[in-house]
Amino acid sequence: MGKPSKEKMIEMYRAMVKIRKTEQKLMEVFSNGEILGFLHVSIGQEAAPVGICSHLTEADYIATTHRGHGHAIAKGIDLKMAMAELFGKKAGYCLGRSGSMHLADKSRGIMGANGIVGAGIPIATGAAFAAKYKKTDQVAVATFGEGATGEGAFHEALNFAAIKKLPIVYLCENNGWAEFSPMSIHAPVQSVTKRALAYDIPAVSVANDVLEIYEEAGKAVERARKGEGPTLIEVRSERWYGHYVGDAQKYRGKENVAQAMAKDCLLNFEKGLLESKVLKKQDIEKINTDLDAEIEEAVRFARECPYPEVSEMMEGLYL
Amino acid sequence: MKDIRYIFAIKEAMEEEMDRDENVFLIGEDVGLAGGSFGASKGLYEKFGPDRIVDTPISELGFTSLAAGAASCGLRPIVEIMFMDFVTCCMDSIVNQIAKMRYMFGNQYTVPIVIRMPEGGGLNAGPQHSQCLEAWFAHVPGLKVVMAANPYDVKGLLKSAIRDENPVIFIENKTLHAMKGSIPEEEYLIPIGKADVKREGTDVTVVSASRLVNESLKAADLLSKEGISVEVVDLRTIQPWDRETVFTSIAKTHRLVVAHEAVKQFGFGAEIAAAVAEEILDELDAPIMRVGAPFVPASYSLEKYYVPGAEDVKKAVLATMERTF
Ligand SMILES: Cc1ncc(C[n+]2csc(CCOP(=O)(O)OP(=O)(O)O)c2C)c(N)n1
Ligand SMILES: [Mg+2]
Repeated sequence: MGKPSKEKMIEMYRAMVKIRKTEQKLMEVFSNGEILGFLHVSIGQEAAPVGICSHLTEADYIATTHRGHGHAIAKGIDLKMAMAELFGKKAGYCLGRSGSMHLADKSRGIMGANGIVGAGIPIATGAAFAAKYKKTDQVAVATFGEGATGEGAFHEALNFAAIKKLPIVYLCENNGWAEFSPMSIHAPVQSVTKRALAYDIPAVSVANDVLEIYEEAGKAVERARKGEGPTLIEVRSERWYGHYVGDAQKYRGKENVAQAMAKDCLLNFEKGLLESKVLKKQDIEKINTDLDAEIEEAVRFARECPYPEVSEMMEGLYL
Repeated sequence: MKDIRYIFAIKEAMEEEMDRDENVFLIGEDVGLAGGSFGASKGLYEKFGPDRIVDTPISELGFTSLAAGAASCGLRPIVEIMFMDFVTCCMDSIVNQIAKMRYMFGNQYTVPIVIRMPEGGGLNAGPQHSQCLEAWFAHVPGLKVVMAANPYDVKGLLKSAIRDENPVIFIENKTLHAMKGSIPEEEYLIPIGKADVKREGTDVTVVSASRLVNESLKAADLLSKEGISVEVVDLRTIQPWDRETVFTSIAKTHRLVVAHEAVKQFGFGAEIAAAVAEEILDELDAPIMRVGAPFVPASYSLEKYYVPGAEDVKKAVLATMERTF
């Protein structure tokens, strides 16, 4: 597998910037009160979703988490419809019924973010089961945090997938924090890879580096497609901001936050692309301004769309 | 027509639907090699193989959510939960995921899944192997809840449940597994959401489901000797339940007893009683009586006193006959 092509790297860079900028915009409109409920951003963690989704087609599946905007964007979700959902508008993917924690796009295999920690892991495993059952070459990905690996759902899913050699990649973004608790409080191991040992699932831990993730993800996806079974990848990612927007992180030293921000997966990738002359300064500026415009347009669209009617609330419960 | 036991009627329903649609598969503990803890899948492993009769680790949450994922990717899983009590281990899967996937994701996904489980006493199996928890599921928007009282019903209802595009909680009863009944040789379906008047009568309506339907029929026999004519309505589906049939019957008899094996408090009978009070109270000539188990965990040694039966239904009918407004 190895390194991505030049075109692929530009695409990956673009996706990472798109995630970063979209979430920065979301923080702004959330603070305005234009988005309700809870908002969990993944700023600082953009490398993982892009690293894995670069190997997936629209037919492949992904089930994500409460911190799931990045995966949805990396899997190609339509930004306007996603933004409309976040704004609670009828034009949104879920008809404005569900918001940030439930972004889903069936047409692109996005099986939904999830408000229940760990719940997406067996659901993605079910998608892998369906792919194997129907003898397609589709692959499923479950993404989750290190906190989720304390849930039974994680263990039950890995056990089953290993027994049946299902085509799935378990992608754990270990950002070191589960809400307000460091991993030392809730796990006897400091690397999630050790958890995979019990299920005889090959596991690897990689830095918050999109090219490293790309390489390991490539091997894992290929393994899955060839019917060789599941792989677990742990990405040692960094959470810059609070658990949710508005969390002042009083439980976390300023130094810890500064260290996290210093490991900026986006900036590092950008530097590398400039050094290796894959991109020039002007290219980067253009990508950034184009994305600003795209995101602005999505927000404008979401703002202007109507809310669902109260009279529509009772629709769609059963088919 | 042919005679068949309830448990084999379940098997026939699954087998026929698996023959008809290759996307239907069965998943659960001991369903494959062992043929099911109660024998519901006997022979199916040999016929369909391990890809479609899927033995699982002991992991109710894991395999129920897995089935949900598979259902949203185009398959039609039948999940077997060995005892209804064990469904408590997969409440996230059923309540937060399966029940909500369609609505929550803006109708993008349908989750055609059937989750079968036997409830009730009868084996002296005690507090953690005898519960009737149907009301929990009936309380969650997005699920359908079906209960079958005899071999004919269980086959026709299960086939419909498998074809339904919505998640169905399909509740069997352990004491009914051995029950014999006669069913047609040819294929038939029983619609979900329709009640069945199992016996016509004019004095009192007894609304019930599952095993208590049969107990209510016994009570009706006993009461007919005392000159009381009981109409027995089998809900068959608890959610969504058939108001029309229930209300029509009450408009005829003007008296109502609701009977289930689950504990009386907050059981499905409470919902029916409340709906009747809200909508057709003026049809009633007497207070509504409820039959259900006492509000304690199921008893091991005293099970026969714990589980409600025909005598309890009879008492409730007599009580409502005595108390004309
Ligand atoms: C079943 C369940 N328990 C608790 C919560 C509350 N909760 C939301 S996110 C979270 C922490 C998750 O940590 P991790 O899996 O590491 O993901 P991260 O937030 O770091 O991305 C908790 C405890 C929940 N949503 N669901
Ligand atoms: Mg975490």
